[in-house]
Amino acid sequence: MNAVSFQNVSKTLGGKVILNDVSFDIKKGDVFVIVGPSGAGKSVSLKHMVRLMTPDKGNVMVGNDNVSTAAGNELTLIRRKFGYLFQGGALLAWMTIAENVALPLREHTDLDDCTIMDKVHDTLKMVGLENDTEKLPANISGGMIKRAGLARAIIESPEIILYDEPTSGLDPVTSRHIDKLIVSLRAEMNGTSIVVTHDLHSALSIGTRIAMLYHGDIVELATPEDFINSTDQEVKEFLAAQYITRRGAWERK
Amino acid sequence: MLTREPEHFPPSVNTVGRMGRTVLFSLRRTGQAVILLILAIINIRYALTKRAQREIVIQMFASGIRSLGVITVVAFFTGMILALQTGIALREFNQEVNIGTAVMVSMLREMGPFMTGLILAAAVGSSIAAQIGTMTISEEIAALELMGIDPVRFLVMPRLVAMMIMTPLLAFYTSIIGILGGGIVGITQLGVPWVKYMQNATMYAETKDLYVGLLKAFIFGIIITIVACKQGFDTTQGAVGVGLGTRQSVITSFLLILISGYFITRLFY
Ligand SMILES: Nc1ncnc2c1ncn2[C@@H]1O[C@H](COP(=O)(O)OP(=O)(O)OP(=O)(O)O)[C@@H](O)[C@H]1O
Ligand SMILES: [Mg+2]
Repeated sequence: MNAVSFQNVSKTLGGKVILNDVSFDIKKGDVFVIVGPSGAGKSVSLKHMVRLMTPDKGNVMVGNDNVSTAAGNELTLIRRKFGYLFQGGALLAWMTIAENVALPLREHTDLDDCTIMDKVHDTLKMVGLENDTEKLPANISGGMIKRAGLARAIIESPEIILYDEPTSGLDPVTSRHIDKLIVSLRAEMNGTSIVVTHDLHSALSIGTRIAMLYHGDIVELATPEDFINSTDQEVKEFLAAQYITRRGAWERK
Repeated sequence: MLTREPEHFPPSVNTVGRMGRTVLFSLRRTGQAVILLILAIINIRYALTKRAQREIVIQMFASGIRSLGVITVVAFFTGMILALQTGIALREFNQEVNIGTAVMVSMLREMGPFMTGLILAAAVGSSIAAQIGTMTISEEIAALELMGIDPVRFLVMPRLVAMMIMTPLLAFYTSIIGILGGGIVGITQLGVPWVKYMQNATMYAETKDLYVGLLKAFIFGIIITIVACKQGFDTTQGAVGVGLGTRQSVITSFLLILISGYFITRLFY
């Protein structure tokens, strides 16, 4: 069963081809990692999954629904399956962290304030923000905004969670903590996670499959073990740039 | 869906093509703005929910109370200028007592709503455009849509309701202050006593003058909000885009206020 699948998706933005006939399947239960150079179209790919963007050609399927043609209620229902951590966090500036995280619950449930706030605090604790709940997004660091965005994305326990660079801008210790969180969330909810990252260390440790996007194509799609041993030139360069050798060990040149 | 994908068009081949494109684009954006207005009006049915109420009060404060200072000063001087200008002309005929009517009617019907509209377009419209524009470029609008929260209900409707209430109130306030200013000029510059001024003012002014003025202000409030929100949602290209959108929203509101003001005046005489 596929959670999300791209079927011959092509997309041109600003006169530039970003995705060129891309096809791949993400299975239910996968932690599917997408890597690739900056500007390769990783965020664009995620946006196609929730129809913030529509393919020029091809289809994006979510389960059995074609999200690329969905509209109205159907689209709303598909979108409700997703949690989305935006690359920039996308928190509402005039609400406190707690209010931001509470927003989906307030809109979608009839829970009373106490229950909502309990859940918000639990979720914020998971991302290590339990002491900053009453701060405004403008008054916390970029990494904290990221984690608050993560809390908002997961609070409703969605089937599919999209993480756009969950660990960028975080220190290594917090990054590993977030990695663990992603893995445990998936185990807990038996959902699917799709992670865009530049952080090879976390890609290799959390991913069940890794896809490399390069110049509008998927140049490699493999398990972490196979990914390290890829013969693809771009993948090799990508690995070498982060000192990851064929043995998968960290090694300085 | 308010989150629209960026569009890319190859450059026009010639001037005719460019002009045609400009016309088509402005027509399309006008249509989209009208749709936004209709959606916002439909969403007014949620105005009585507790959260919307709170937001509306906040917006009423932001749009109305915050502008009170500048509006007071502008209104006062507008009334003074009106009184002085007409008073000097009327003195030729020994009719300076009639400044009462002149100031009252023109404040209520024209200057009150008009001054209020321009000030709110500059002060409130620009801030709405900038705020929603920033939210658009930082993907907050997209995030709202993904969470199944309608940005029209969440953002546009409370601002629209707040402006629908505050603009007429402020226009009325502007008129009162203007009439006061006119009276003071009457006393100090033209030798018209306060009692006579007020007698004259209330004698010829009709309630219709008040209603027309309030209607105008109400429509200006709608124009300012919808233009600003539309510009905000259309923002692209980062901080530069927010700046351009804000500027454009003020210019468009000014023009629409002038034009619609003229037509409402014509319609009701
Ligand atoms: N709204 C847009 N309008 C025009 N071009 C866009 C838009 N969004 C993305 N692009 C283009 O699409 C390409 C891919 O963008 P995308 O954001 O997917 O990159 P990315 O792989 O996520 O990179 P990064 O790692 O830096 O986040 C970029 O070259 C960008 O110029
Ligand atoms: Mg990106």
